[in-house]
Amino acid sequence: MKTETTAPVNKRLPQLRGYTQEFYAWCARQELRFQRCAKCGVWRHPPRPMCGSCHSMEWAWAPTAGLGKVYCWTTVYQALDPAFAGDVPYAAVIVELDEGPRLATWVTGIPPADLRLEMPVEVWFDPIAEGVALPKFRPLASK
Amino acid sequence: MPEQTSLKDRTCIVGVGETAYTRGTSKSSLELALEASLLAIEDAGLAPEMIDAVILPGGAGGGGTAGDFIANFGLKDLRYTTSLQEMGGAMNVSALECAATALAGGIANYALIPLCCRFYSGRKARQLNSDPGTGLQSAETIRDYYAPFGVGAPPQHYAWMAQRYMQLYGTTHEQLGAIAVAMRKHAQLHPNAVMRGKPMDLADYLASRWVSYPYRLLDCCLETDGAGAVLVTTTERAKDLRKRPVYVSGIASGHPYPPHDLPNRPDILKMGLDFCAPRAYAMAGVKPADMDFAEIYDCFTGQMMLQIEAAGFCQRGEGGPFVEHGRIELGGELPMNTHGGLLSQAHNSGMNHLVEAVVQLRHEAGARQVNDAELGLVTGWGGHGHGSIAVLRR
Repeated sequence: MKTETTAPVNKRLPQLRGYTQEFYAWCARQELRFQRCAKCGVWRHPPRPMCGSCHSMEWAWAPTAGLGKVYCWTTVYQALDPAFAGDVPYAAVIVELDEGPRLATWVTGIPPADLRLEMPVEVWFDPIAEGVALPKFRPLASK
Repeated sequence: MPEQTSLKDRTCIVGVGETAYTRGTSKSSLELALEASLLAIEDAGLAPEMIDAVILPGGAGGGGTAGDFIANFGLKDLRYTTSLQEMGGAMNVSALECAATALAGGIANYALIPLCCRFYSGRKARQLNSDPGTGLQSAETIRDYYAPFGVGAPPQHYAWMAQRYMQLYGTTHEQLGAIAVAMRKHAQLHPNAVMRGKPMDLADYLASRWVSYPYRLLDCCLETDGAGAVLVTTTERAKDLRKRPVYVSGIASGHPYPPHDLPNRPDILKMGLDFCAPRAYAMAGVKPADMDFAEIYDCFTGQMMLQIEAAGFCQRGEGGPFVEHGRIELGGELPMNTHGGLLSQAHNSGMNHLVEAVVQLRHEAGARQVNDAELGLVTGWGGHGHGSIAVLRR
């Protein structure tokens, strides 16, 4: 299986605007940050203007340690997006950060069949365009 | 007070219509939606110009705008219209809730709910979710946060839920397959089912290719073209119409949190139906065990299993054993998707589920009729897990 690849140009970039541009720009600087409410401290993702817990609109891009656990995944065998035809089979994984937020990502350096619930992972950043990197993960033990 | 405020039995479905479901069409969405609407209006014995509410489950992309229906039917005084595109496949039952609300509130008298899905000839769901500019936040989330990782289509992100569910509860592939096989059996009995004449058994299911584990091809709904429509009016007006009315006894919609993103739900398996199902039963004054059949939104086998649980037919994690041994097949304890569902009849975003429930409750279903059907359930699911549910009564 392919690991730690840089995405070819024909893969879709996230829409680089607003909060999304900021999220991926932090990744390009090797930092995995999420919105965190400045008033009550609740994390949120994907980004939005207001805290759903206390309704404050004050927030910051708060850093995480980039450590988390596998929450669930699916192994894709049929690339419904043709740009991923060369990657199948690949596992699209949901990782839960120790700080709480979860995100869709890849866990590289391990065959999909070896993934396990709660497997500890750490982030790495895959630069795919100027000012844009995708946060991907690898098993913590392989560091 | 409930007599005044509840929607229980205040409105009835009095007309249903469907075009042929096909894979391939030369007709536009609007043409198909108009065709189905005319059938529903004729079924009720009404004149088209009597329609004074048009509820558009899918908005302009689902068969036309309010203006299209005004212009084509010559409507003189449309009083109420709304759209429910954000609800995805939960849109139809939620549209029925909107119709019931508007009619019971005296805003309008005859509400048409038309929907066309051209998922074979038009843009496919996999494209809707990865194209920019749809305006739907769930689609934007996919575009920005899933698609860069190769997750752009429903069988992929819904497989997240199915995989976790199976790992937590030990569900087997054979149990998912029991759902697919039951739907295919039922489709053999429906003259307007795309998979009629193409029987399939568990061995066929298990031999079908992986799409996105744990989903095989035969865990996934069809991509088809066609339209359906239902016509709703007040209980008083329903008594004068051509067909036996089907009462809307309980109706509710619900939303997961956060609605636009699957991964960040505290429990990824908790969805809109978990919230709204108890409300619909309470409104109708019935329990799940009272149902004679259920038409469950079967976009994928695992999503149907989750809804069987959320609709109260069994506890969380018990869906696998529940669907085995023919229990959900015609002749079984609780027949489900008696038309073949999205998996084997057609994908009309569940409008076909509503139509089938009405046909069953009128006892017009012929070879697939559930004996003595008095009460039936319809669910909707869509847009990452919005939910809707209707308890319908003969």
